[in-house]
Amino acid sequence: MGIELHSVGSQAGLRLSQRIKQIPWSLVLLISMVASIGFAMLYSAANGNTEPWMNKQILRFGVGVAIMLTIAMVDLQRLAKIAYPLYALALVLLIYVEFFGEVGMGAQRWIDLKVFQLQPSELMKVSLCLVLARYFHGLSYEEIGKPWVLIPPTLMALAPAALVLKQPDLGTAGMLLLCGAGIFFVAGVRWWKFAIVFGIGIAGAIGAWNSGFLRDYQKNRILTFLDPESDALGAGYHITQSKIALGSGGVWGKGLLQGSQAQLEFLPERQTDFIFTMLGEELGMVGGLLLLSLYSLLVLYGFAIALRTRSHFGRLLAFGVTMNLFLYFFINTAMVMGLIPVVGIPLPLISYGGTAMMTVMVGFGLLMAVYIQRDFRVGRRTSNEE
Amino acid sequence: MSRAKQQTQNQQKVFTRRLAILGGLKGLMVGTLAARLYYLQVIEGEKYKLLAEENRINRRILFPSRGLILDRFGIALASNSPSYRAILVAEQTPDLEATLKSFSEIAPLSEREIARIMKARKNNRAFVPITIKDDLDWEQVNAVELNLPDLPGISIEIDQKRVYPFGGITSHILGYVAVPSEKEVDKDSDPLLRQPGFRIGKNGLERQYDLPLRGQAGESQLEVNSVGRVIRELARQEGEPGGDLVTTLDVGLHQYAHQRLSAELAGAAVVMDVYTGDLLALASTPSYDPTAFYRGLTTDEWQELTNDIYGPLNNKPISGQYAPGSTFKMITAIAGLRAGMSPHDHVVCNGVTTLGSARFHCWKREGHGPMNMLDGIKNSCDVYFYEVARRAGIDLLADTARMFGLGSLEELDLPGEKPGLIPDTKWKRATFNDIWHPGETLVAGIGQGFILTTPLQLAVMTARLANGGYAVKPRLARQISEVPNDEGTPVFPRIDLPEEFLRIAREGMDQVTNGQRGTAYRSRIDVPGMEMAGKTGTSQVRRITMAERQRGVIKNADLPWNQRDNALFVAFAPVHAPRYACCVVVEHGGGGSAVAAPIARDILIECQRRDPSRRNPNAEGGRREMP
Repeated sequence: MGIELHSVGSQAGLRLSQRIKQIPWSLVLLISMVASIGFAMLYSAANGNTEPWMNKQILRFGVGVAIMLTIAMVDLQRLAKIAYPLYALALVLLIYVEFFGEVGMGAQRWIDLKVFQLQPSELMKVSLCLVLARYFHGLSYEEIGKPWVLIPPTLMALAPAALVLKQPDLGTAGMLLLCGAGIFFVAGVRWWKFAIVFGIGIAGAIGAWNSGFLRDYQKNRILTFLDPESDALGAGYHITQSKIALGSGGVWGKGLLQGSQAQLEFLPERQTDFIFTMLGEELGMVGGLLLLSLYSLLVLYGFAIALRTRSHFGRLLAFGVTMNLFLYFFINTAMVMGLIPVVGIPLPLISYGGTAMMTVMVGFGLLMAVYIQRDFRVGRRTSNEE
Repeated sequence: MSRAKQQTQNQQKVFTRRLAILGGLKGLMVGTLAARLYYLQVIEGEKYKLLAEENRINRRILFPSRGLILDRFGIALASNSPSYRAILVAEQTPDLEATLKSFSEIAPLSEREIARIMKARKNNRAFVPITIKDDLDWEQVNAVELNLPDLPGISIEIDQKRVYPFGGITSHILGYVAVPSEKEVDKDSDPLLRQPGFRIGKNGLERQYDLPLRGQAGESQLEVNSVGRVIRELARQEGEPGGDLVTTLDVGLHQYAHQRLSAELAGAAVVMDVYTGDLLALASTPSYDPTAFYRGLTTDEWQELTNDIYGPLNNKPISGQYAPGSTFKMITAIAGLRAGMSPHDHVVCNGVTTLGSARFHCWKREGHGPMNMLDGIKNSCDVYFYEVARRAGIDLLADTARMFGLGSLEELDLPGEKPGLIPDTKWKRATFNDIWHPGETLVAGIGQGFILTTPLQLAVMTARLANGGYAVKPRLARQISEVPNDEGTPVFPRIDLPEEFLRIAREGMDQVTNGQRGTAYRSRIDVPGMEMAGKTGTSQVRRITMAERQRGVIKNADLPWNQRDNALFVAFAPVHAPRYACCVVVEHGGGGSAVAAPIARDILIECQRRDPSRRNPNAEGGRREMP
């Protein structure tokens, strides 16, 4: 047995200097490239000014990189150990905001911590990956075949999704469910169980529509999505203007700062949810495809790390955070292109705003931690460890 | 141990396989995104580019400046003058009410105006300029400019307004401009008509020549943002200003005629060049103020104008229809000559003639005695012309009248012209389904009965007599947009009558004014070389009954105004080399010789002093540029 195979516990892990050496700088570079495109777009969104958005965003990214690298240094075993407590905390906070949260944009989402605003739903995105990775890590392949074993993780995913949906935040709820489903899938849950859940899901959606669980504005968004032109000045205004902006960009775009739709404020939320539209207008299809390629590279990077990792916990965790990133950029870009309803998901690393940036950077930190400790095993029952 | 290892391996295998499946799925999803981008940006790109431009660009119509209307010597009758308007941009003032208060110290604002401003402020975004006050005078403009620091957000804008320097004197000819009605907008595709504040010609020459005067709209392309704020001007295409209209009028003469006529309550005066048909004066009294129409009339003002018995809105020279009375007698004389009568044939007037049981009186109760044609015209003897008319018959009379332009439109380039009426047997049959009675011929012979003429027609008739029988037609436009209305002096066809007939009629008219005891001898022109020949006319507007005739005909002065006789006079001058024809009608003025003839005399003297037809308009003064 090599030293890696029984390197259980922090003692057996790498020293800090060894870990620093292992940091995947190419990944850091890739992340920085995407973030830089974001800075350029925020510069353009402010009509060629570094204020009010770009400078702040650079600062946030700097803090994000520091957090990412700090997390990258954390022992996997330790991460597995805090998975359950962290999840419990996130769930409690979600329940807390249900009653005491700050209301913004018609939804209860924040806890005002004075220094910054905490969105428990974002914390939950990370916690859910951790806790599901931890749970499935503790199961053997055979055990996964038993239906009752799947009940706890299903509840772990459904409970926060339901709370987030109640806020109401359709996009985040969807992301939580899809991320959870992804982990279930790669963990080896049988195909037919997905088929059953899918069927139940459709029935549930119909039920939700008719029971009034969905708020009117959520229903409207779905209806508008199906036929945006029906209400070009009302609910469909955003998506119509977004399509005009994107389409008018053409192959090469109108040039940075030259997008008439964005610069003349026809484009709503151009610095946040609709920033990809602005990029498409000003940098054209070439710019759009470049950004999509960079995201795809990041996703491939994450998957490569997952495949390369020996511990099941590490694999699942790497997959989870990568899945999260994919969902972020896919939902956002698909929504501004009019492929799915407008659900208020920002473009990771690019949209102005701190919370999504933190979630993604924490995710990258976890991914790096997995990469650095890719050859180490993680104990099945961490509670008994030491 | 090996079983556990097996499990781990299975786990890894499943993970790898499923990750590959998901990876493939994600690849497909990203492919969908790329395809969507391609669809939106390449396939549909042009459509969205167009939509983006439509979003961005706001087209604004620029008003062309309206062409001037000038008299024959280049004096402006209608022009444009800058109009100063105070506007306010609400976002530039910290306190709207305080600013308005300071402003009203310069130009008082009524409570209604303030309410309108406040409403406009509420209905518009803060950067939209609101009109505070229109048409500031020069002192107010200066005061505003001086106090701008105390008037944040207020600025002065310059518009153009239409001004008529001669006011009511020319209002019947020029008409006015006003905001188009919905019907007019529907009929005209010019985008200018859809612009608030744009005005079109509504009457007179302003309407007749509206299109050439109007010009072509310009366009300004403005870049606007999503709330409509103007970012910058992208392109500007100036419109084409309207062409200037040079009229035939001599405004000095016209003004004189108008003022001279204004001594009476209501009337018309026409002065015309007998060779070219140029109308030199076309006066109608009373008149109205065109600026009231420019800003829009109130219902009360409109009521007052339309109910006025003196008819200020009526353009009397072309739309007033009067029985010509004795001014018609030259026509009767020529008809008689055409019927084979000799000018030397005598008719004895003893004050009355009978036809069957009906009696027809001469204006002179005691009669004129024996009359030949010259005497008949000179004395305006009714009995003589009853006989001439009887011999000519109504159809020959009507035919002769039409040769001189009576009874049909003169096709003047001015809206509102009336055709008058020359009756004949066919007309009587068609209108009343009745035969023509011989007595009606007698009445027609002295220009009464059914006959109606306009002052313009009488002027045309006189001109055709004076110019030796050319069928001259009147006109008002001399030159439109630098293009002459026609080449030089128009050549009119000759009337198919022997010159001798016309000479006799002219000689009779000469006798009227220049022969002693002629009916207008007292109104003759005794300036050598300016002598006029004329014919009086006094046309009844009521029927004098047999009983009244026996009691004694009531004097005009004792009748209500609108039952008094119309006074008419037609004349040309100089008598031996005619150039100017004139017709004066004074509504219910009484006798033609006492009331209308002196006015015509004065106008013709003034006309010959000015001699507008012989002064070359282009050499003398030419066209003056008006600001």
